[in-house]
Amino acid sequence: MSGDISRRAVLQGSLLLAFALTGPRALGAAPGGGELPGSLRRNRQLDAWIRIGADGVVTLKTGKVELGQGILTALGQLCADELDIHLERLHIISGDTAVSPYEGTTAGSNSVSEGGKAVRYAAAEVRALLLRMASQQLRVPAERLRVTDGTISAPSGGASVTYWNLVGGKALNQAATGTVKPKAPGERKHAGRAVPRVDLPGKISGEPAFVQDYRPERMVHGRVVRAPSYGATLESADAATVERMPGVHTVVRDGDFLGVIAAKEWQAIKAASVLAQSARWKEQAALPADPYAWLLKQPSRDSVIEETVRVTDVAPERTLEARYHRPYQMHGAIGPSCAVAEWDGERLTLHTHSQSVFDTSAAIARMLRIPVEHVHGMHLPGSGCYGHNGADDAAADAALLARAHPRHPVRVQWSREDEHACEPYGSAMVLDVRAGVDAQGNVLDWNYELWSTPHGTRPGGHPGNLLAGRSLKAPFPMPTPGGGGPPNYSADRNAIPLYDFPGRKVTTHLVTQMPLRVSSLRGLGAYGNVFAIESFMDELAHAAKVDPVEYRLRHLQDARAKAVIQKAVERFGWSQTPRVPHRGRGIGFARYKNIASYCAVCLEVEVDATTHAIRVRRAVLVADAGEVVNPDGAANQLEGGLIQSLSWSLKEAVRHDARRITSRDWSTYPILTFSEVPSVEVELIERPGEPSLGVGEASQGPSAAALGNALFDATGVRLRDLPLTPERLAKAREAR
Amino acid sequence: MTFTLDVNGTKHAIDADDDTPLLYVLRDELGLHGARYGCGVGQCGACTVLSNGTPLRSCVVPASTLGERTVTTVEGLRGEDGSPHPLLRAFIAEQAGQCAYCIPGMVMTAAALLKHTPRPTEAQIHAALDANLCRCGSHNRIVRAIQRAAEELAP
Ligand code: FES
Ligand code: FES
Repeated sequence: MSGDISRRAVLQGSLLLAFALTGPRALGAAPGGGELPGSLRRNRQLDAWIRIGADGVVTLKTGKVELGQGILTALGQLCADELDIHLERLHIISGDTAVSPYEGTTAGSNSVSEGGKAVRYAAAEVRALLLRMASQQLRVPAERLRVTDGTISAPSGGASVTYWNLVGGKALNQAATGTVKPKAPGERKHAGRAVPRVDLPGKISGEPAFVQDYRPERMVHGRVVRAPSYGATLESADAATVERMPGVHTVVRDGDFLGVIAAKEWQAIKAASVLAQSARWKEQAALPADPYAWLLKQPSRDSVIEETVRVTDVAPERTLEARYHRPYQMHGAIGPSCAVAEWDGERLTLHTHSQSVFDTSAAIARMLRIPVEHVHGMHLPGSGCYGHNGADDAAADAALLARAHPRHPVRVQWSREDEHACEPYGSAMVLDVRAGVDAQGNVLDWNYELWSTPHGTRPGGHPGNLLAGRSLKAPFPMPTPGGGGPPNYSADRNAIPLYDFPGRKVTTHLVTQMPLRVSSLRGLGAYGNVFAIESFMDELAHAAKVDPVEYRLRHLQDARAKAVIQKAVERFGWSQTPRVPHRGRGIGFARYKNIASYCAVCLEVEVDATTHAIRVRRAVLVADAGEVVNPDGAANQLEGGLIQSLSWSLKEAVRHDARRITSRDWSTYPILTFSEVPSVEVELIERPGEPSLGVGEASQGPSAAALGNALFDATGVRLRDLPLTPERLAKAREAR
Repeated sequence: MTFTLDVNGTKHAIDADDDTPLLYVLRDELGLHGARYGCGVGQCGACTVLSNGTPLRSCVVPASTLGERTVTTVEGLRGEDGSPHPLLRAFIAEQAGQCAYCIPGMVMTAAALLKHTPRPTEAQIHAALDANLCRCGSHNRIVRAIQRAAEELAP
């Protein structure tokens, strides 16, 4: 697989178009009547996925994009296995609206399960097709042919032919049938192995690899001056002074959208700062002082997403209840958002790190009021995003500035402050649990209610979801976001417990008003819901005077769920952990979305008796992700998710006053640093032959819950408001 | 204004506004993209390079003020014999990074650490890197990579 994918993509960008060979994007079912696997459903043509070049290069085209999660390496492993080629032979094109199959958004831990499945089936079918052709040519039955790195040969040194001799450079013109079964786990060479990431060497050694590094000819630098608070309207700005500054090409204003273009980056930064100082805004935002009280007072869309009425009529011995809070939290990419766009008078070429290149390109086309096909969007990696951050907005900014300065690629780089203050946050949530228990403390009735603003305002083709689109003189209204629904859910992701409670009711109260801008942050509602459910399970166990591990196992039937908990506890040494004052152990568990990976986290905390400082000493994470394509990549993501979740849960909440966001840099929104990160052990339970389950978001909820539970174990104090800070701990201890 | 800048062993004539931070000179004038923009105010370490062997936040120091001081970026980081620096090999071997946006800044900070503390303890590594932020949670792999390189450099 080309080790320099990203570099090639950065340097040659549109040159890759020479390979374009897209089949018609037909929607449909397999001819046999069955459903095609994964993303093949939306892209049936084999040519949409794979191309055999006359030069022996095999190109895999995917709509999924690299976010730092290692997806391109994993897809390459799957493809190389099915085609029987070396990884080095593979070239990958990802997230190009003119070349790649449409696969929606790269999110929700679906890339291996959906995108990977499609690649596997498509590649298996291409191989079968090539074997049929070779069989005719070599006059040897296909079953007797062998393939080594694309060379098909008859047994015992007979004649041979290569893939590229057979079809090199030509279209296959075949729709997938989904009938060729991929290889069994034992026959695979690449999948299941810790293959090193193809993109890491370049990114580590500083080669141009990110959209931030893309420097096409004639490029100029744009900056946008953002409103100081949500919904502020621009009354005036001194464009004339700024346009006289050195290097400045032009100031662009359209309604409340204000930007500047300059020859050099530093000139653009200085011009934007002068422009910002000159700008007069009329502010109107009213941010609630207490987001939780505010949530509970709003009209909401209510839905009961689960209701099982208990059949036995024993009355509960007692009823326990608790309320938990999850604050607004940031994605906080280390590299702020960036995009490069060029307008030729009719068409826009766009380089973006959006997770949804197709949908965002469509939204931008509508914002510019041009045909959707006139925007050619191409993905280039950005800094890790963990959900919907400023990427799409930066792309829209670049598009608007590019239109004002045709035939020059315009690069828009958001500042740290732009990203902190303008990205859509993870939503604040109120989470109520009430349980009726029997004489042994086991749950009879479980009642869960949640209040939340939305978790999904991605562009999805709507210019009103782009910051710039809403600020134009003729603004596009923001569509009212929906709630998600099964099986992935959104605010109520993981709100339905995996535990077998005889009676259960789960109600979602979705508040569609958004005083703070919000959207999808890694795990969506699952982070808060799992924190609440798993904290409450601990409270129930404590009330029942039962070990929290034992208490969970009692309420579980799912064997794989039990296995991850048992393995985590064993590896952690749960029962052997010595009882030391001010130290505590905690566990958290969930199956992400109730359909993806199982994950259990055990961790140990230490609390300073006088300062209440909280230190996580060590963590053990065990996951069952079904069949794992790249175990090292999965472990990397699971550990990263755990550490990020500890950062959220120990430190993070977006600060604001009545008007403005006041978390505008890393000192006003601190995150976990090296000396605060615990040692982490990750173990995967291997399940060869089982469907692959996404891991990217699986550790967010369990880690937060394990932290709260360990704190309780260490101090006897239950903290129910995230983040779990020393200040809150001190307060709770004083109140006792 | 024009001035000379010694980057990775070569003297370059630079034409840029005199307050231009080194970061933009490296990225935009010299085509060196290893130093990355993260915050622009010295809070994250993504832009870290070495100046006379000491870590420097290139986003806050005007390039024109560096005078005779040498600048080393990740692109110019070499082992004693001129081959790729052991830190780079170690980071790849440990697969230390997810998005890897922060990594060159980590590598440069670590290179300075290993120069004056060839066998750092874990606590010393944490202290040296504490102002370098990583959002992907690659911290433990980064520490292991630095330990691995230290092992190789000072067995
Ligand atoms: S970019 Fe220089 S320290 Fe953040
Ligand atoms: S690896 Fe992504 S920020 Fe460190």
